[in-house]
Amino acid sequence: MTDLTKTDRLLLSGNEAIALAARDCGVTLATGYPGTPSTEILESLSRLGGRAQWAPNEKVALEVAIGGAYGGARALVTMKHVGLNVAADPLFTVAYTGVAGGLVIVSADDPGMASSQNEQDNRHYAVAAGVPMLEPSDSQEAYEYTLRAFELSERWRSPILLRLTTRVCHSKTLVRPSSSKISPPTPHYERDTKGRVMIPAHARPAHHRLRARLDEIARWNETSMLNMVFEGTSDTLGIVCSGVATMHAMEAAPGAAILKIGLTYPLPMGLIRSFAGRFERCVVIEEGDPYLADAIRAAGIKIEDKPSRFRFGELDVVRVRKILTGDQTPDAATPPGKPPQLCQGCPHRSSFEALKKLGCIVSGDIGCYTLSVLPPLEAMDTCVCMGASIGVGLGLRHVLPPDEARRVVSVIGDSTFIHSGLTGLVEMVYNPPATGHVVILLDNGTTAMTGLQEHPGTGRSLAHEPAHQVDYEAVARGIGLETVITIDPLKEPGRLEEALRDCLAADKPALIIVRRPCVLAAGKIRQYEQSRRDGKSCDGKQAAPRSKAHA
Amino acid sequence: MHDGVRNVVIAGLGGQGVLTASDIIAAAAFLAGLDVKKSEVHGMSQRGGSVASDIRFGARVLSPMVPPGEADFLLALAPEWIEVSRPRLRGEGVLIEPGFLGEEEARSLGRALNTALLGALSAHLDIGRDVWLDAIRLVLPERLHEINERAFELGRSRMLQVQG
Repeated sequence: MTDLTKTDRLLLSGNEAIALAARDCGVTLATGYPGTPSTEILESLSRLGGRAQWAPNEKVALEVAIGGAYGGARALVTMKHVGLNVAADPLFTVAYTGVAGGLVIVSADDPGMASSQNEQDNRHYAVAAGVPMLEPSDSQEAYEYTLRAFELSERWRSPILLRLTTRVCHSKTLVRPSSSKISPPTPHYERDTKGRVMIPAHARPAHHRLRARLDEIARWNETSMLNMVFEGTSDTLGIVCSGVATMHAMEAAPGAAILKIGLTYPLPMGLIRSFAGRFERCVVIEEGDPYLADAIRAAGIKIEDKPSRFRFGELDVVRVRKILTGDQTPDAATPPGKPPQLCQGCPHRSSFEALKKLGCIVSGDIGCYTLSVLPPLEAMDTCVCMGASIGVGLGLRHVLPPDEARRVVSVIGDSTFIHSGLTGLVEMVYNPPATGHVVILLDNGTTAMTGLQEHPGTGRSLAHEPAHQVDYEAVARGIGLETVITIDPLKEPGRLEEALRDCLAADKPALIIVRRPCVLAAGKIRQYEQSRRDGKSCDGKQAAPRSKAHA
Repeated sequence: MHDGVRNVVIAGLGGQGVLTASDIIAAAAFLAGLDVKKSEVHGMSQRGGSVASDIRFGARVLSPMVPPGEADFLLALAPEWIEVSRPRLRGEGVLIEPGFLGEEEARSLGRALNTALLGALSAHLDIGRDVWLDAIRLVLPERLHEINERAFELGRSRMLQVQG
């Protein structure tokens, strides 16, 4: 709906609003790894003309952004909640070093797990790492808070966590962009080894500086405009909330007073204390873990918390009403609906048919192909996190009796392999199980599950422009694998089954690359390659799929 | 509950045009100058799974999700979604499904069936016909304008006939 951007008010998703704000405040460098519900931020920014790029994984993305912010530029990094686990190592230490230019880290959480393997609540990361956190509740705030996050990051020289949830990322709501833009700083290098080189002697004082900075921000937050009180019609009920839960609470309890916290770490405990003290009942309404409730209660403030069953899944207006009225009736069962499945013509199908036929124990990974666990294929045994297929497969091989160990196969997609499968391959040649191992790399030439994003193995950049292409066969041989087999499942039907039989019997580490483009991406890939051959610039706006990301 | 907010839920399968239809409704409400929120779970709509989209509009909309059992209108793009989605509808809510068109007629619309249902929905709402047509032109590429405008008019006139 790009035409709706021609007026002073826009109808944008939270992700589009963040991209617009990043463009409006002159973000120099934006990077990330695709992950629902965060993916569209970088895609939108690229369409708006900003510099946005996909990194191999979230850790590298955050490190690149840290470098950008050390250099005095505004840097944005985006990922889904579990992506921050991958990026947690640099996160904890960049909190110590601080930054010169603004560094904003977007963590898009997925309560209810619309498209994730867990519903972890990344607000805990703000506390654990000591990184201030903003939580917008709709697209307008997603826009404003992005601007404020850069402002605060530069003011306090601290990275800022912008924590979103699925409904903030993907709901479209009205946005009035700001007319007063904060102009970006000019990148330049300033040497500060005590501040930037975290040897223990430097890190000890850095930790003290971090805690002092957080104390200062907490004091500042007591009167910050980021937190708002909406007066109610009586003094019986006050509600403390943040994020999209605020919208549900305002609708569920129209007469209640609301304290909406925008900067949710470090918390404005004095403000909360004086608010809570004004009401007969003060209830905390929050999605996910009792993050606010635990912190507020620990400060000795009397509040009511939601019953534990509301920790699971998303909140909505009806669930918030139940929390407020103590209604114990169970939630209405969601209509069963039709589960997704591998597309007709999906090149992954025949691989899982072969694995099933040979009775393999399949250590799986994250991607469309995880759907092979469902009927009719039912051909996957484990799936933990990005890249885990190889390590988990090796562990099974090490401990199982040989006849079972020989049935274990790791299956991983191309984007996931680049993300965190490479180190697994190194482990396979370094600590090979006695029975060897077989890894199948399903190379469909795209990051299909999140909506057909490019990655370093596709040979195209985020904007689908030509880029260096990682050669998996050469990488595998370089690591030291002797058996590397490439198969086209369409042109060579039956060859995978044959190769699998041979490799499973060989007691040696082997990589089988099954290469055939995703049926949803094949047409677009042909277009991109045609423009490359024609020497035309491949306009990201034209080339981007009209329907954007879906998974 | 805040006054005047209209709640619409569209349910169907990936590929049936649920998200496009919801974009058109949101655009129409936006062009009519209303507050509007639209929410759906994107997950895997291209993998043939079920998809539902919530659209809310009025003077001021708070939650982006239509509360369970509070939809004023349920648009079911396929008959098999009527029963599973019905709990989304409030007691007096209106169900709009392809059945109000003749079987032959529905088939002739092909992929523009979703727009015919929007035509039927428009007959129940205060947003003007021209605003709807503008919204269709905003959201869809030009080559699809004619067929979808025709589908919209067909759905709208059928529903107005039914309403008498």
